[in-house]
Amino acid sequence: MPFCQKLPGRYIQTNFVWFISFFILSIFPALVFSRDTPQPPTQVQAFDTPSDAGKSITVQWGKSSDDGEGLNNVVLYEVLRSTSPEGEYTKVGDSPRGTTEYVDNSAKDKIPYYYKIRALSKTSFSDSPPGAAVVSSPQWFKKERLNALIVVLVLSLGIIYFIQKASKGKEMFVRKIAAIEAVDEAVGRATEMGKKVYFIPGIYDMDSMQTVAAVTILGHVAKRVAEYEAKLEVPNCYALVMVACRETVKQAYLNAGRPDSYSDDMIYYITQDQFGYTAAVSGLFVREKPAAIFLQGHFFAESLVLAETGNSVGAIQIAGTAQPTQLPFFVAACDYTLIGEELFAASAYLSKNPKLLGSLKGQDLGKLLMMIAIILGSILESLGILHLAKWFTYQ
Amino acid sequence: MEFWQKLLAIDRRIIFIFVAFAIIVPLFIIAPPGFLKKIDVSLPVQSLYDYVENLPPGSKIMIAFDYDPPTTPELQPMAVSFLKHCFTKDLKVIMLGLWPQGPVQAQFAMEREILVDEKIKAKNLQYGIDYVNLGFQAGNEFVILRMGTDIAAAFPVDYFGTRTKEIPLMKDVKNFDNIRLVYNISAGYPGTYEWVIFAGDRFGVKIAGGNTAVQYPHNSPYVQTGQLVGLLGGMAGAAGYEKVSGYLGKATKYMLSQAVSHAMVIFFIILGNLAYFITRGRKV
Amino acid sequence: MRREIPILIAIVVGFVYVIQFFVPHAPFDKFQNWGNDWIQIIAGFAIILGVLNLLKVSLEKVYKKSKGWGYAVIIIIGFLIMTGAGLFFSGGKNYQNPGTPFYYIFFNIYFPLNATMFAILAFFVASASYRAFRARNKEATLLLLAAIFLMLGRTPLGDYLSAGLPTGWQLKNISDWIMDFPQTAGQRAIMIGIALGIISTSLRVITGLERTFVGGE
Repeated sequence: MPFCQKLPGRYIQTNFVWFISFFILSIFPALVFSRDTPQPPTQVQAFDTPSDAGKSITVQWGKSSDDGEGLNNVVLYEVLRSTSPEGEYTKVGDSPRGTTEYVDNSAKDKIPYYYKIRALSKTSFSDSPPGAAVVSSPQWFKKERLNALIVVLVLSLGIIYFIQKASKGKEMFVRKIAAIEAVDEAVGRATEMGKKVYFIPGIYDMDSMQTVAAVTILGHVAKRVAEYEAKLEVPNCYALVMVACRETVKQAYLNAGRPDSYSDDMIYYITQDQFGYTAAVSGLFVREKPAAIFLQGHFFAESLVLAETGNSVGAIQIAGTAQPTQLPFFVAACDYTLIGEELFAASAYLSKNPKLLGSLKGQDLGKLLMMIAIILGSILESLGILHLAKWFTYQ
Repeated sequence: MEFWQKLLAIDRRIIFIFVAFAIIVPLFIIAPPGFLKKIDVSLPVQSLYDYVENLPPGSKIMIAFDYDPPTTPELQPMAVSFLKHCFTKDLKVIMLGLWPQGPVQAQFAMEREILVDEKIKAKNLQYGIDYVNLGFQAGNEFVILRMGTDIAAAFPVDYFGTRTKEIPLMKDVKNFDNIRLVYNISAGYPGTYEWVIFAGDRFGVKIAGGNTAVQYPHNSPYVQTGQLVGLLGGMAGAAGYEKVSGYLGKATKYMLSQAVSHAMVIFFIILGNLAYFITRGRKV
Repeated sequence: MRREIPILIAIVVGFVYVIQFFVPHAPFDKFQNWGNDWIQIIAGFAIILGVLNLLKVSLEKVYKKSKGWGYAVIIIIGFLIMTGAGLFFSGGKNYQNPGTPFYYIFFNIYFPLNATMFAILAFFVASASYRAFRARNKEATLLLLAAIFLMLGRTPLGDYLSAGLPTGWQLKNISDWIMDFPQTAGQRAIMIGIALGIISTSLRVITGLERTFVGGE
């Protein structure tokens, strides 16, 4: 120990104390604390969740500097809440590492809350300072849907305007829809051949507007069937649709002056199961060899199975759906097809009711508005005017 | 001439026999490695994979099994490879179905493919902590709307009858705000379209989809608009996800069958056109 | 009144649903959940109605020995077996669990039968394509070519056939282009038309103009 020997004893003693103090202060904390305690999250901000029914607060924070970088030991964030800044904080939820937002849906309205975010590693944790107080409350209007409201109002008012105009006797032009013109031909053929007419109102329930449109078309077809004294059968996939079809057909027979020809047995339920229904209806087609088949409404994969089976028994087929994926199948396998919006226009076209025809004109106004919006949106987006383009975004 | 005219009005059962062979025979043939290499990973498939790959462990993923047995061959591989990917990444999975048989499909996937996989076994997955099956709820898109405010209200009990609020995994899950991604595998209605409109647009949760080949064109516009994070379409999409995630399964196996049957249909279309032109020419 | 009440319900519920879309505040936030609950309750009862109708029609067919009554017998037997297996022989609440008779029937009969019905689609696609895809005119030829490009491009076969061509002309990329542009454009146009049709029909229903679906004119 030549170094120690050269120095007086007191000097050595003092420096040794300094050395030990320095060691404790610098090395020990590094060993005990900093290896696992993550840096706390920063900038905790809480705000009332916008456009909601209340009871919800959104909390945002800045990531711990040990999340994804630094020690990279953050495994989870815990969201802590208290009703006073220095009070007891309790956990209300957690969020994976890498995230910076949590929506607290357990808040009560009108109570000020303070939030802290805790960054957890496997063995340790650190808390952020609390954010400012925030109160949750319900809102009366979803601001981000203002553009949708404007569109709905303009469209609705447009449709109502044209309905009014049509009611006052203004003649509305509607182009010919070949599929609807063919209804008489199909029902007439069935009458001549003494065979049945089948009407399939899709495989969905009454909550689909396509089913509503299909039942409406059924009303007109049934009236024609009653007038021609042909035979109609309507197998159903849903009980509610069955009930609606019965009411509609009964009324149609009454309007045609042949209420005695109507029977509830013409309209029956088969099954809600998609392919069980398909198998049953295909079987009916093959056994009964109907002269005319109407496939109208909400269809899925069974569309082609039904249409091909109908085609194989030589029936005249009139299809209609607003399911874009099923349209090619109907076009390939049926004689006539109502494409998309034509399904909804059919009722107005068949009834010639001026009010319904007026609503079609309103629909055209909507189309014009859409076209203008598409062109305008494309121009704004291309020119990089994004703050205006966001008005075309629906949330 | 007579031959071509007969061909024009060929009995459809003859076409059926040829198509049946084109589908069945390749099922017994092992595809050459070169063929497997050529399976395409489309952009929507890649973007779904990337999104899941970049999620932090512990993130909660919801999988809606909106299909039933008929479409199992096409859609179940999409569920299996996705589940394997999720569990490998230590993500938490909440399964449910808006179709009555959907949750049964989820159980099949877990019992027959996931829990027996050697790599996944090592993770020692616990029901209720790492994954949960909330079962079926009737009401189509209205169930989605209900989930937007309260998932436990829409699904009060899970598949096995346990109260949802008592399941550890569901304790911090109130609504879509606590879900990082909803992956909807669907064969129709309700399906990806309803999830985009009612969950994605209304509540802001990220949506991805897996569709049958027939449904795919209906939903693909939503990939371009960013309303869908990714979309798998038909057997090709399922095989693409298997390829990119490295879990080669049934979709990859069925691709050879699909390729040969497509070729058979094209062959018949060409034959039909040939007959059409020859007979038309003679008549004139 | 039989028609007025349903129309009135349609009008009130329709307007409430439109309002709750824009107003998150109570009581509108509750209406949506109430409506959803009611739909589920009505749908549940409607199933009973449907099943009773199915049994009535089938039993009548058997009783009167009308055309195809043998199929009605199968329906009745199938219904009794499946309901019995689920209610009485599968341990109550856990009827869906592996090992129960219900599960056995579901997996070994229902599952393959359903899959078979869906698989028939492949054959019908082939026969419909054979009939429909004829190059009769310019438009039909375009449709035909698009179909062939897509069918080839969606499988590795396309890659084999066009590997030597420049990237843009490879079948995979051509099929992607068809799907991403012409297909998406057409799809969107049809969807916009449909959306407007739905708005217009909905408006007719909730203003009481459209009544055919409840038996009105």
